[in-house]
Amino acid sequence: MAMTAAQIESFIRAAFPDAEIEIKDLAGDGNHYEAHVRSSAFAGKSRVQQHQMVYAALEGRMGGELHALALHTAPKP
Amino acid sequence: MTMPAFERIQKEIGENDVVLYMKGTPQFPQCGFSATVTKILTHLGVPFKGVNVLEDLELRQGIKDFSNWPTIPQLYVKGEFVGGCDIVREMFESGELKTLLVDKGLAA
Repeated sequence: MAMTAAQIESFIRAAFPDAEIEIKDLAGDGNHYEAHVRSSAFAGKSRVQQHQMVYAALEGRMGGELHALALHTAPKP
Repeated sequence: MTMPAFERIQKEIGENDVVLYMKGTPQFPQCGFSATVTKILTHLGVPFKGVNVLEDLELRQGIKDFSNWPTIPQLYVKGEFVGGCDIVREMFESGELKTLLVDKGLAA
């Protein structure tokens, strides 16, 4: 049960309204994505915490219907 | 809720300086992400204990609940969760991973 890039983006957008989000379908198979997310919500958080926040936004889909999402997060100045 | 898996994990990351929960073994990783982290640790010359979660379903779920992290691999240094493949790769490329290991006395 693959997810589309637009679905992934909308979950992330709902949790981080101010975010700059860029999602790439790496293999063109709807299964391996790369996401760059920059949000002010990440300020002062560790990398692990930033990624945990994105995983939380995906509501359990990561590691399930979303097999591979290479994640790059950074605070937005 | 008691979780026997949690106790095992706590013991493993307490007794070993560097532990990688992975799919497959350091000799034969069975997933590209686990292979990447194995390569980075090997490149840095850091001895580590690889734990194959594919051999143990309870552990495979337990490690995800333990760290609140949905994917494998997961790297622990001195009992602390460092990150998954993306974070380890980023920290390797920026030199932070080496600094962390040197600071902990695990790499030269």
